[in-house]
Amino acid sequence: MKAPHSNTRLRRTALAVATGLALSVSLAACASTGGGGAETGTADDIEAALQEETTLTVWAWAPAVEDIATAFEKKYPNVTVDVVNAGTGNDQYIKLQNAIKAGSGAPDVAQIEYYALPQFALSEALVDLSDFGLDSLEDQYTASTWGSVNLDGGVYALPQDSGPMAMFYNQAVFDQYGLTVPTTWDEYIATAEKLHAANPNAYITNDTGDAGFATSMIWQAGGQPFTTTDSTDVAINLQDEGSKKFADTWNQLLEKDLIAPTSSWSDEWYRGLGDGTIATLNIGAWMPGNLESGVPEAAGNWRVAPLPVYEAGDTASAENGGGGDAVLAQSKNKLAAAGFVEFMNSGEGTQISIDAGGFPSTVADLESDEFLGYESEYFGGQKINEVLVQSANDVVEGWSYLPFQVYSNSIFSDTVGQSYADKSDLNAGLTDWQKAIVAYGNEQGFTVTE
Amino acid sequence: MTTLSTLPPSGQAPSTQALQKPRKPRVQKRDWTGWKFIGPFMIVFALVLIAPVLYSIYLSFFKDQLVGGNSFVGFENYGQALTDPKFWESMGRVTLFFVVQVPIMLGIALFAALAIDSARLHLSSFFRIAIFLPYAVPAVVATLMWGFMYGTKFGLVGNLNDFFDLAIPNPLGNTWVLAAIGNIVTWEFIGYNMILFYAALRVIPTDLYEAASLDGANAFRIIRSIKLPTLRPAIVIGGIFSVIGSFQLFNEPSILQSLAPNTISTYFSPNMYAYNLSFSGQQYNYSATIAIIVGLITAVIAYIVQNSGSRKEV
Repeated sequence: MKAPHSNTRLRRTALAVATGLALSVSLAACASTGGGGAETGTADDIEAALQEETTLTVWAWAPAVEDIATAFEKKYPNVTVDVVNAGTGNDQYIKLQNAIKAGSGAPDVAQIEYYALPQFALSEALVDLSDFGLDSLEDQYTASTWGSVNLDGGVYALPQDSGPMAMFYNQAVFDQYGLTVPTTWDEYIATAEKLHAANPNAYITNDTGDAGFATSMIWQAGGQPFTTTDSTDVAINLQDEGSKKFADTWNQLLEKDLIAPTSSWSDEWYRGLGDGTIATLNIGAWMPGNLESGVPEAAGNWRVAPLPVYEAGDTASAENGGGGDAVLAQSKNKLAAAGFVEFMNSGEGTQISIDAGGFPSTVADLESDEFLGYESEYFGGQKINEVLVQSANDVVEGWSYLPFQVYSNSIFSDTVGQSYADKSDLNAGLTDWQKAIVAYGNEQGFTVTE
Repeated sequence: MTTLSTLPPSGQAPSTQALQKPRKPRVQKRDWTGWKFIGPFMIVFALVLIAPVLYSIYLSFFKDQLVGGNSFVGFENYGQALTDPKFWESMGRVTLFFVVQVPIMLGIALFAALAIDSARLHLSSFFRIAIFLPYAVPAVVATLMWGFMYGTKFGLVGNLNDFFDLAIPNPLGNTWVLAAIGNIVTWEFIGYNMILFYAALRVIPTDLYEAASLDGANAFRIIRSIKLPTLRPAIVIGGIFSVIGSFQLFNEPSILQSLAPNTISTYFSPNMYAYNLSFSGQQYNYSATIAIIVGLITAVIAYIVQNSGSRKEV
C-alpha cells in the first residue's frame, strides 16, 4: 500500500515543479478553502473569512433572526445568510439530530435551547467556540447564561435570549378578591386557597406537568438532580433536597385541587389568562411579549413580581427556557459561521433581538437605563425589566442539564404526568421518571448512577 | 410505519410469477415481455416498498448508542421487544380498540349502506355524500376539531355541562380516552366503509330482487338471503383495512396528546411507541424492531380475518 502512495506523491511533486503556474493557482485555491473551513482561528481570521464569498445556512425559529441576517448581509455583502425555520424546539432538534447522524445536511449555525445544548455538545456535534477566541466574550453575559453554554470546559454556543423566572400575576383578580402578592411559596399556597374558595372556577395557576417548568423549579429550590462528569458519567437523583422541596410544595397545590388542569399554550390557557381564571404564571422573562400578543383583552391587568421563594427574605431564581446559537461541527465555513454567531449575540444582533421582544442575556443591555426604565403599557406602566433583571441576577448557581435531556423531557408526561393526572405524590412520579431516564441513559451507553 | 403498509401488497408478488408459469413449456427462449410490462411497477415497488422493509430488518439487528457507536447485536432487540411491558401495553390497547371499535363502525356503515340502497330513503344521494364527507376531512383536522369539542372547560362538552347542568366526564381522561378516539375514528371511516358496501350492493342484478319479491320475500328476507351474502367479500375487505387501521393507530392519539399529555403516553399505540423511540429517543434500531413485530402481528391477524371471511363464502 505504502509504495504506490509515495510513488504518486513523488510523481505529483515532479509534475508540480515542472508547472509552476499551476502549482501556485492550486495553492491559492487550497488556502482560501482552508481559511473558510479552518478548525481554529482568531478574530482577524474571522474578519478575513467574512470578506469572502460565502453562504451560511442558519436554522432558527426566533423571530429576530431574519432581521439579524439582513443586517449582517448589509455589513458583509459577500456573505449570504439562508435562514431556515426547521421547526420550533424539539421539531428542529429531531431534524438536527438526523442530519448529524447522517453526516451531512446540517446547517452552519443552529439555534439550540440551553436544556438541549449538552446533548449536542457532548456528542461532539458542535464546535467549541473557544477555538475561535469567542470565549473572551464571557464578561458580556450573565453568569447563568454563560454557565449554560460553558460545558465540560468548552463554549458550545453564544447565549441569545434568557428566561430568568418571575411571577406574572393578574392585578385585577388580586384586587377583586382582596389578595396580596405572595413572596414565599407558603404564602402562594395560602393565596391559592383563598382565591379558589372565593371563586371555584379560578385557580392560582395552571400546570398539567411540564418538564421545563419542573426542572426550573427544582433549580430554584437548589436541587442538582443531574450531574455529568467526563461527558459520559451521569449521576441522577430526583429525590435530592431541592427536588423534594419542589415536589412537597407543589403536592399541596395539586392534592388540594388548586391548580387548573389546563395545558400551557392551549386555547383554554389563553382564555384563562384573559378572563382571570388563571391568576398567576411562574415563567421565564420572555413571557411579556407572549402575553401582549396572545392575551390582548387583559391589557393593563397583568403585573410582574419576583418568583416566590422557599424561605422568607431569601432571593433565589432560576432560568426557564432561553437558548443560544451554536456552530455545527459539520460546517464547512466555521470561521464565517463563528462571525455570524458573534454578530448575532454580541454585536448588533442583540439590539435587533431585544426590539423583537427577546429578553437579552448580555449584561450591558440588561443594565442599560433604556432597558431598565422601559415602562410597559400592557403591564399598566410598570417597569417590568427591573423585576426581570433582578431575577437574572438571583439565578441559583450550579445547575446542569442531562446530556439526553430532550428525550428525558419527552417522557416526563408518561411518568410525572401520571402523578398530575391522579393528583398524587409528585415524589413518586419523579422517582418513576428517574428510573426511566436511568434506563435510557444506560441503554445509550452512558454510565448512569442513581 | 412503512413496514405495515408494505405487508399486504407483498402478497401480490407470487401471483405475478404464477401468471408466467403456463407459458414456460411453449417458449424455449425466456420471454421477457411480461417483465417489460410490470418492470416499471416492480422498480418502484422494490425501491419504495421492499427496500425500506429490508433496511428495517437490517437495522433491527444492530444497536446504535449515543456513546459507543454502532454494533451488531443479532436478535437482542427482538428479545427486548418481546419482554417490553410498554410494547405489550400498547398492543393490548390497540387490540381492545380493534375488538370494540371495528364491529361498531362496520355495523353502522352496513346499516347506512343498506338504508341508502333500500330505495325507501328520500334524498339518498344527499345522505350518501353527507356520510362520506368526514372521510374527505384530513385526519389531523378531524382530530383537532373533535379535540376542541371534547374540551371540558371551553369545548362543547364544557358548554353542555354548563348549560344543562350535566356532569359528562372528561372524554380525554384516563377512563374514556380510548372511547373518545374510537368515536373520532368511527366518524372518519363510516363513510369509507359505507361506500365500499354500497358499491357492492349496486352490482347485485335487480332481477334477483324481482324474483325474490315474486316469491313473497320481504325486505329483511332480501337483506338476509341476497344482500348480506353478496356483501361478504366487501365486509372482509373492510375488516382487513380496519385491522390495519387499528394496529396502525397513530394520527388521532398523537394529535390529542398535546391536549391530554398525561392520558396519552408516548407508547399509547405501537406506532406512537416506534415513532417516539425513533424520533425523540434516537433508538432507530429498536424502533425498527418494534415496527417489524407490529407488521408481522398485523399481517397474521389480517390473514385470519381474510380466512375466516372466505371460508364461510365457500
